[in-house]
Amino acid sequence: MGSFLDSINLAFLIASAVKIVFFAFMVILPMVAYSVYLERRISAIIQDRVGPNRTGIPLTLLGFKKDSHIFGIGGLVQPLADGLKFLLKEDFTPAHVNKFYYWLAPAIVMVPALLTAAVIPFGSELDLSWLTKIGVDGAWLHKPIKLVIADLNVGPLFTFAIASLGVYGIVLAGWSSNSKYSFLGGVRSSSQMISYEIALGLSIVPVLMIFGDLNLSKITEYQDANGWLLFPAWGKGAPWENGWHFGRWALLVPVFISFIIFTVSMFAETNRAPFDLPECETELVAGYHTEYSSMKFALFFMGEYAAMIIGSGLAVTLFLGGWSIPFAPWLGLDYKAGATPAWLGLAHIACFLAKVVCFIVFFIWVRWTLPRFRYDLLMKLGWLVFFELALANVILTAALLMYFKI
Amino acid sequence: MATIVVQRPKLAWHERWFISTLYKGLKITFLHAKHTWWTLLQGKGEVTMQYPEEKWDAHLPDHYRGAPALVKDEQDRERCVSCQLCEFICPPRAITITPEEIPSTDKWAKVEKRPREFKIDMIRCIYCGMCEEVCPEQAIYLRKDYAITGTTRAEMVHDKKKLYEIGGVRIGLVNKWNELK
Repeated sequence: MGSFLDSINLAFLIASAVKIVFFAFMVILPMVAYSVYLERRISAIIQDRVGPNRTGIPLTLLGFKKDSHIFGIGGLVQPLADGLKFLLKEDFTPAHVNKFYYWLAPAIVMVPALLTAAVIPFGSELDLSWLTKIGVDGAWLHKPIKLVIADLNVGPLFTFAIASLGVYGIVLAGWSSNSKYSFLGGVRSSSQMISYEIALGLSIVPVLMIFGDLNLSKITEYQDANGWLLFPAWGKGAPWENGWHFGRWALLVPVFISFIIFTVSMFAETNRAPFDLPECETELVAGYHTEYSSMKFALFFMGEYAAMIIGSGLAVTLFLGGWSIPFAPWLGLDYKAGATPAWLGLAHIACFLAKVVCFIVFFIWVRWTLPRFRYDLLMKLGWLVFFELALANVILTAALLMYFKI
Repeated sequence: MATIVVQRPKLAWHERWFISTLYKGLKITFLHAKHTWWTLLQGKGEVTMQYPEEKWDAHLPDHYRGAPALVKDEQDRERCVSCQLCEFICPPRAITITPEEIPSTDKWAKVEKRPREFKIDMIRCIYCGMCEEVCPEQAIYLRKDYAITGTTRAEMVHDKKKLYEIGGVRIGLVNKWNELK
C-alpha cells in the first residue's frame, strides 16, 4: 500500500484537477451559458430584432437608481438570470414516466459532452516558473504544464467513443418519458446518430493519414510548425519554404472534402439545425425533452451546447491548427517544447478560444439561415452521399500521399 | 378526376447540392445581421420600439378603446345617475354599481340618483365599449389608458375615485354617434 501511494505523482494529480476545474467549469460551462446568449443576440439581429438587452447587475435591489450594464452592453447578465430561473422552477416529474431512466437521461446527455473535453488541447503549455519570483517554490514549477487534461494517444477515437454515448441519454429520455412525441424524438435521434457517426469517423481518416498520429497535442504542434491543415502557408506546408514541393497544397482537396463532411456530420451529431429533427418543434412539440422541466431540461440544453463547443474544438484542432497562431514561425510566436514563455502560453489559450467562438458563431449563423431537412433526405444524405464520399476521400488521400511521397 | 401536375422549379446541380443556395442564404442573413447591428451600434434609426421607454401613446387612433372611466360635467357634477344600464349590458359583468338617493338638501336633488360606489373589475373588462354606447347620460367613456397593472386582484378593481381620476371632466354635450366616438 505504501509503495502504491508513493507511485502516485501528486503534482500530476493536482495539475490535472486544476486543469479539469479550469477547462470544464471555468471555460466550457460559462461558454455554454454565453453561447446561449450569443445565439439569442445573433438570431435577433438576423431577424431585425434587438434581443435580450435589459438584464444587468440588479443594483436597483440594493437601492441604486439604475441597473449596471457591463461594458455598456445590455443583457450580459442574462445567462445568470436564465440559470437562476431554471434552478427555481418546479422540477416536475409526470406520473406516467419510468422514474429511474427519466432521472438518469439528462445526466447521460451532459456527462459525455463534458468528458470529451479531456483530450482537446486548449493551449500549448504554461510556464509557471515565474511563480518562484513571488515566493512560491517547488520542483513541479520548473517543468511547464501541458494544457490538455489527458494527453491520450487515441484523442479523436476517444472523443467519438464518448460522444456517441450521448445518444443513450436522448433515447432513454425519449423512451422513459412515455409520450409519443418524446419517443419519436428519441427514435429519430438514434437513427440520425448512427447514420452520421460513420461519416464522421471516416471523414477524419484522411486527416489522421496525413499526420500519421492520433495524439491531438502532437497534431496541433505539427500544424503550428508546418501550417494548418486547411491553411498550409508556412513551414513544410508552404512550397517556397520546402523546395517547391506542392504536396500539402494538393492535399487541400481531400482535406477540404473531409472538413465539409466533418462539419456537416457535426451539425447532425449535435442535433443542431438544419438537422435538429429529434427536437423538431413543428412536428414533435420539443422532441425528446417534451416532458422535462426545470434543471433537467436545462441539462439537455447545456448538453447540446457543450457538445457543440467540443465539436468546434475538435474541428479547430484537426483542421485549423488548434491553439496555433497564424504565421507563428514568421512572427516568432510558435511553440518551442519546454521553452514557451508564460505570456505566449496564455496567447495560445486565447487563440484557441477565439477560433472556437468563431466556429460557434458559424453554427448559430447556419441555424438561423437554413430550414430543417426532411427526414428521408437527411438519411439519404448520410448513407448515400457522405458515407461513399468519405470512403472515396480516404482512397484519394492515400493516392496523393503515395504520389507526393509525403 | 383531373390531375394537376405541380411544376417544380428546375434546379441546377449546385442549387440541388446546397452550394449556391447555402451561399445565398448565408449572405441574406449576414446582410440583415450587419444592417441591424449597425443601426443598434449607432443608436439611430429604428429596429424595435423599446417598450417602456417608447410608447404608442402619441400614435393611438381617436377611436382607440382603452380603460372605461366616469366623467364629470362642467358644473363638477357626476354625470352618472346610477341607471345601471351599463351594469346590465356589460358582457363579462365587470361593472358593479351601488346606487344611492341624492338627499333633498343637495344642490342636485332633482337628479334623484347617483352611484354610492361604482366598481369596474379590470381583470374582467374586455374593452368592448358597450357601456359607453348604452349610457343615456354620457357619463362613461373608454379612455386611452391600456397598461392597467396591479399586484393583487383588489388593486385591479377600479373604484369610483379611480374612475373619476382617469375620466376627468367632459364639457358640454358630447355627441357619441359621430364617426369617431
